[in-house]
Amino acid sequence: MNRDSNSYTFLFAGIMVLIVASTLAFTSSSLKEKQQENVRKEQMQNILSTIGISVSRDEAENLYKKFIKEEISLKSDGTADTNVNAFKISLKTEIKKPLNDQRFPIYIANVDDSKFYIVPLIGSGLWDIIWGYIAIESDLKTIKGAVFDHKGETAGLGAEITEDWFQNSFKGEKIIDPQGKLMGISVSKTNNDPKGQDKDDYEVDAISGSTITGDGVTDMIFERLNHYMVFFNKLNNESDIKQISYKFENQKNNYLLTRIYGSLREFDKGYVPRKFMN
Amino acid sequence: MSKKLKQISEKSLFFISKSSEPLFSKKNRALLSDPLDDNNPITVQVLGICSALAITVQLKPAIVMTLSVMAVMGASNVIVSILRNLIPNRIRIIVQLVVVASLVALVDQVLKAFAYDVYKQLSIFIGLIITNCIVMGRLEAFALGNGVWKSFLDGVGNAAGYGFILILVAFFRELLGSGKLYGYQVIPEAIYELGYVNNGLMLLSPMALITVGIFIWIQRARNRKLIEKN
Repeated sequence: MNRDSNSYTFLFAGIMVLIVASTLAFTSSSLKEKQQENVRKEQMQNILSTIGISVSRDEAENLYKKFIKEEISLKSDGTADTNVNAFKISLKTEIKKPLNDQRFPIYIANVDDSKFYIVPLIGSGLWDIIWGYIAIESDLKTIKGAVFDHKGETAGLGAEITEDWFQNSFKGEKIIDPQGKLMGISVSKTNNDPKGQDKDDYEVDAISGSTITGDGVTDMIFERLNHYMVFFNKLNNESDIKQISYKFENQKNNYLLTRIYGSLREFDKGYVPRKFMN
Repeated sequence: MSKKLKQISEKSLFFISKSSEPLFSKKNRALLSDPLDDNNPITVQVLGICSALAITVQLKPAIVMTLSVMAVMGASNVIVSILRNLIPNRIRIIVQLVVVASLVALVDQVLKAFAYDVYKQLSIFIGLIITNCIVMGRLEAFALGNGVWKSFLDGVGNAAGYGFILILVAFFRELLGSGKLYGYQVIPEAIYELGYVNNGLMLLSPMALITVGIFIWIQRARNRKLIEKN
């Protein structure tokens, strides 16, 4: 057959497309499970690394089950939605929904009796999306650790956000000012504290040559954490209530003690001796 | 029709048995070594410059890129060379593109499943391979007209020539730009304390171009026959 004829060209193109399409479809579908497992384990690995547990990808699953006690998907009003598996939420598609339909995943970790709240982040860098996780200590103010990752930031510049030195500078920084207002963390070029010793300035040192990626990190942290403020405030109130009831419990005990020591009259008056107050 | 097709495919598929030339004859060795110097894709043919600027900030991605381009160019040259007598002339560019793109997609999928760390390393660079004009350039200029073994050598040789420059540029950019090599600090802290500062300009693309320019200068000063007459 003439190689330049139309029918040969069409025949060749048709066969080529069939072969290529079926090969690609076959590999894609047969490898899908394994790929998803890798992605899932990496997510666990990232979550664990924010609370200072570095682990190989293969062990990630076991340790994740050990330390991460709760996965909650929050509604925008700060209440939990039990119908949605927080781990399976893909933020990439989630942030495109209207605010009321969005669910905000949060992971609660228990390590040696201390509680950490881990919030997943997503934002945009210079070329493509950037994402990460940020762990907050139980005071709901201090950062325990953060990890960042990116799809296509420039190697040596924006891609440095995945490096330890950058992520470590977030440790111990405060995100909320004493009045309870969310400050976030700015990746700042004018930070006069390159060693990161001042932990109350809401700033970390920027990477030279990657202004836009750095700004992306700043915006991502503020924007994402802002959605969790309702939940955090709720937790704060709860812990206030707990403290109050704890005091009350103590007072009751003091009354009983007074009774035991025989000061019945003082008890009737509702008076508690000073030495039993705390 | 089928008879002729058969003849053609026989001619093209069973090439090795016919060739009387030794596998590494002088001519074949030249296919490998020429692109490293006299016919370097970057400094002489000026192909693949864009990716040379983008990924030479650090040594590690440059090396990974070199290896993946070698694999893709070797494989795509072989495939196109096998098909060279079947490919319709009018859609040959499309066919080349499909071959390269599907190879890249395959590599991408397999890496994601079995070597996830490497996959993460490469990420966008895998996609960049498709746009690398050296790949298409060699398919069009060599693989369409030459036997399979020669095309394979040509592909690997050109990828090596490309990678050689890539790694060289990345070496200087990472060393002078961030004081590191392959991610490890090589310039000692003591020198920084004496007042040495990393050259941030080396991290930006213009310096890649200038570094490549300096290599071209050195190469031409050494090898006079590369200089254009007039």
